[in-house]
Amino acid sequence: MILEVKDLVAGYEPGLPIVKGASMQAGAGEIVVILGPNGAGKSSFIKAIAGLVPVTSGQVLLDGQDITATPAHQMIRRGLAFVPQTENIFPLMTVQENLAVCGGILDRHEVAGRIDEMFATFPDLARQRALMAGSLSGGQRQMLAVARALLVRPRVLMLDEPSAGLSPKLVGQVFEGLQAIRERGLTIVLVEQNARAALAIGDRAYVLVEGREAHEGPARTLWDNPLIAELYLGSKGHAVSA
Amino acid sequence: MQFLLDGLIAGASVGLGAIGVTLTYSVLRFSNFAHGDFMAWGAYAALVVVGFIGGSTPLGPFSFGLPLILALMVAMGLTSGMALALDWALFARLRARGQAIIVVMASFGASMALRSLLEFIFTSRPTYFSRSIQMAMPVGFGVKITADQVAMLVLTLCLVVGVHLMMTRTQRGREMRAYAQNPALARVVGIDVDRVVRSTWVIGASLACASGVMVGVLVQIRPLMGLSLLLPIFAAAILGGIGSVPGAVLAGVIIGLSEAAAVQFIGAEWRAAVAFVILMGVLLIRPTGLFGVTER
Repeated sequence: MILEVKDLVAGYEPGLPIVKGASMQAGAGEIVVILGPNGAGKSSFIKAIAGLVPVTSGQVLLDGQDITATPAHQMIRRGLAFVPQTENIFPLMTVQENLAVCGGILDRHEVAGRIDEMFATFPDLARQRALMAGSLSGGQRQMLAVARALLVRPRVLMLDEPSAGLSPKLVGQVFEGLQAIRERGLTIVLVEQNARAALAIGDRAYVLVEGREAHEGPARTLWDNPLIAELYLGSKGHAVSA
Repeated sequence: MQFLLDGLIAGASVGLGAIGVTLTYSVLRFSNFAHGDFMAWGAYAALVVVGFIGGSTPLGPFSFGLPLILALMVAMGLTSGMALALDWALFARLRARGQAIIVVMASFGASMALRSLLEFIFTSRPTYFSRSIQMAMPVGFGVKITADQVAMLVLTLCLVVGVHLMMTRTQRGREMRAYAQNPALARVVGIDVDRVVRSTWVIGASLACASGVMVGVLVQIRPLMGLSLLLPIFAAAILGGIGSVPGAVLAGVIIGLSEAAAVQFIGAEWRAAVAFVILMGVLLIRPTGLFGVTER
């Protein structure tokens, strides 16, 4: 397993954990989906893995190395990139500067080349490279945030609700993009409210309830599990947010 | 027309000070009222270093020699060190508690302590880098300028262009701007927050020192010199737009010219009121300042 989380307890206030002993595993090249009702602690779980929420106990292992106490700004250097749900770009910097801001992690001579590669992968961004990122649409902002995370060649990419606030058409494009990224061998951990779209591209899924994982299984069978759908994803059968 | 040149020179030192205030406010998110005292400490540090180096042969038409140029560089380092030490001992601990108003109050306290310490060590009597009298050169339209004034304007221009290029063209500058916009995201994208904080203090304190030395060369050095420039500096930082280096300098020049015009046309007793009126006007009409931008 490239990413392994064991019994993680985390929260912003001492003695008031939001994540209460959650565990997960992600193998190389897998898309792992984390689902759960509102307030289940999904975002806090992924932020705790990224070093943004204080961890009280438990372990986060990346390629077998303990990174639990690694400061947030070192995570990306260790190979773990995180794309927050909102405010995930620097609006008063240009699109190009938003990519270059990660340049300190790479060798100086390869920064320009990597930025060009990202513009080749996301041609829509290339056309807007000199614009302030704050003028981009919601979908373009998401694209820029993902491009910035990919710039430093992470081994694991974690995304917090990348489809939030996007039109159905853009949601489709985002998930197609994630599949394309996975085909390059990258591991993706995806926290999503849009269960239907996420499970359609996921390999495995975890359902979090009240800060703990309540179910784990292959993504496609999870979708067909009426009990899980009823308990955690909305109502009986296939009624989930989409 | 002479008042325009006087205003430009006064505005240059205000602008240099305002850069430090605007960077501290945008990156560290608090108004550092001790910034004026960094100017005074910088000037006194340069004075002490000049004394250590010895020798005072003036360089060409200037009132100062090589020792002052060397002393300025050393004093910038010393002032930066003082700012970093103050941050480590006081501001960083209070910032960690997350209450900005406590940090602002602490900066008031630090300002008083730094000022009193200067008076204790050097007394409140004014002192000078040089007591030689310079002859001003006529440059047309009845305006006269001294070689020292030209040197200080050139120094200001070099420092401002340098800081602007650093902020816009270098990785460290991008990191500082990114952190100012979104500290949490800055951590996510791998920016070392401690390094950004250190850079902010070093740049701000170095420019404050340069500004203090400028005032010392052109006017005099005294423990209260920073306090008397504090209101114009804050007015310039706000007028220029928080976070904008060119804005801070341009606003400094506007305030310097306005003060000089007030002295010329209304009366010297109104000089101090000008910065206050500009500050209030900006806050009421355009709180983001001349170059301040808000996210769309």
